Amino acid sequence: MAEEVKPARPPADPNSAKYKLEQIVRKHYREVQEAKERGEKIGWCASNFPQEIFQTLGIKVCYPENQAAAIAARGGGQRLCEIAESEGYSNDICAYARISLAYSKVKEAPEQDMPLPDFVLCCNNICNCMIKWYENLAKTLNIPMIFIDIPFNPDYTVSDAQVEYVKAQFLDAIRQLEEITGKKWSEERFREVMAISNRTSRAWLEATSYCRYKPSPLNGFDLLNHMAVAVCARGTVEAAEAFETLVEEYKKAVAEGSSTFRGEQKHRIMFEGIACWPHLRTTFTALKNRGINMVATIYADAFGFIYDDFDGLIRAYCNVPNAINLELARDRRIKIAKDTGAEGILVHVNRSCKLWSGFMNEMSRQIGETCEIPVTSFDGDQADPRNFSAAQYETRVQALAEIMEANKGGI
Amino acid sequence: MVTLGIDIGSTTSKCALLKDGAEIIATSLYSGGIGTDSPGKALAEVFSSSGYTINEVACSTVTGYGRGSFKGADYQVSELSCHALGGRLIFPKLRTLIDVGGQDAKVILLSESGKMINFLMNDKCAAGTGRFLEVMANVLQLKVGDLEAVAAKSEKPAKISSTCTVFAESEVISQLAGSVPIPDIVAGICESVAARTAALAKRVGVVEQVCMSGGVALNGGVRKALEEALEVEIAFSPLSQLFGAIGAALFAYNKIQAQ
Repeated sequence: MAEEVKPARPPADPNSAKYKLEQIVRKHYREVQEAKERGEKIGWCASNFPQEIFQTLGIKVCYPENQAAAIAARGGGQRLCEIAESEGYSNDICAYARISLAYSKVKEAPEQDMPLPDFVLCCNNICNCMIKWYENLAKTLNIPMIFIDIPFNPDYTVSDAQVEYVKAQFLDAIRQLEEITGKKWSEERFREVMAISNRTSRAWLEATSYCRYKPSPLNGFDLLNHMAVAVCARGTVEAAEAFETLVEEYKKAVAEGSSTFRGEQKHRIMFEGIACWPHLRTTFTALKNRGINMVATIYADAFGFIYDDFDGLIRAYCNVPNAINLELARDRRIKIAKDTGAEGILVHVNRSCKLWSGFMNEMSRQIGETCEIPVTSFDGDQADPRNFSAAQYETRVQALAEIMEANKGGI
Repeated sequence: MVTLGIDIGSTTSKCALLKDGAEIIATSLYSGGIGTDSPGKALAEVFSSSGYTINEVACSTVTGYGRGSFKGADYQVSELSCHALGGRLIFPKLRTLIDVGGQDAKVILLSESGKMINFLMNDKCAAGTGRFLEVMANVLQLKVGDLEAVAAKSEKPAKISSTCTVFAESEVISQLAGSVPIPDIVAGICESVAARTAALAKRVGVVEQVCMSGGVALNGGVRKALEEALEVEIAFSPLSQLFGAIGAALFAYNKIQAQ
């Protein structure tokens, strides 16, 4: 039997947002590698560490979370998790942490390499496991760790005291980085970076808001790819322009009634939790085959930082989804679910992420009740492929689709 | 009109023939689920015992974990929807269905009109499922079907606290080594399954009438422990293991009616 020949993909349009966004990620890794080769000090950075600091200083960093997701999505998660486990790390620890710690030992991964750091930048507004993870990186690589402590906020608003507490650390982080890298802080450049970051965030949030249209002009899983740029290049003009291009494309798609989601969009859901990167195709295909599009995700908000001034910047970083209490987190999601017309919620109970999954049972129950939509959960992991059952996922998604169908009067 | 339901589970295969969406003409059940020849045997038996032929079937639905690999049915539906439909046919006032099968446990909430409105399933761990009971029965050299009668003789149920099947197995072995009477160990095992299932049910919110389906429903020891844990009466039907197949046949009937 003759082998099936797949048609070659047409080359990407260099003016398209997809192309621009892909190039930004490539450039990001290339630039940090080139900086390292020039002898500059480069860092590894937590995804919600205030990027305005190192953008202003002109310091290149890369992101272990992005790297771990890329490694997991390309099939290397288990190999690196097992290396970490053989070093004595428990398999109960976050798989991003295990992959990153393993990488710091083996120093190469064909799925996604990045240069070793001269310092690490840690911020615990995304999770507290990160503190120990980065401490271990700093200790084993014998490099400094700069840490900004943003405590979990039990209140609905960010207090002035919290702003002062975080601001002092922000200023101290600048001082430490000046000492480590020899680069100098410029207030003028800082104002410029804040303006660019706001521009990028506004474009990112506008692009993601197009999910509200019926049909949505985008396949919700596209956001999972684009998010990498929102994380690693928020303070660059290229990122702002690429997201603005994306907005234009979505605007045009709405006018034309087209979408990057292939096939009929029968159902609209909110996807809650980090993507199950090792099984992205399985998790996506089960949805796509049933005409289910992801139109709502807190990810959009997670990397859209809008602020007017320095205090506002600090407040934005205190307000990221994993640093806020259940009630505020719930209300934000309810707004997203209502704005986008989500008809069901699919919750990834992510073994790696104790923080997110810990409050998810109760939060998703409250969101489901308020929005009067069904909630389904599945077990998985953001990067360790061993914690997922495809058959169980398939059953739950099918049952969710059947409830949504019945809610529309179908059988 | 005759419709057919096929339920291929992880440990058993079941079929049901339904007349006009109401009357159960015949059922069949074989040990062995997905990946075995049991689905074929169950299918052959439901026709041989009823006298009907495949050509007389107006519509068919396949459900269960093996639904994706079975070719030839008109529809493929999740076992959650099918158990809900089958349960409601047997118990018309049913609102909460607790299905404990070979490898998972599900709690399904129905609206007053019988529509599935929400559900919750266990995590992928086998504790609290039929597989857990099988492993424990094996350690005690008992048959799964004997567990109920043995548990009834218990005076002081042992505490089986592990949530992991493997750990629970070593816990049972320790109890045996400590000369704990077997009926007390078996009652403890039933209570352990009931406790995990009750926690799941409470998260969904239990609304009466409640019934159990799946193979574990046949175990009166687990049913009794679950009734005590949830403080509700749990309706039982000897057809409980066939709710999925019956519901699948009813789904097929409803589809024809809707056309």
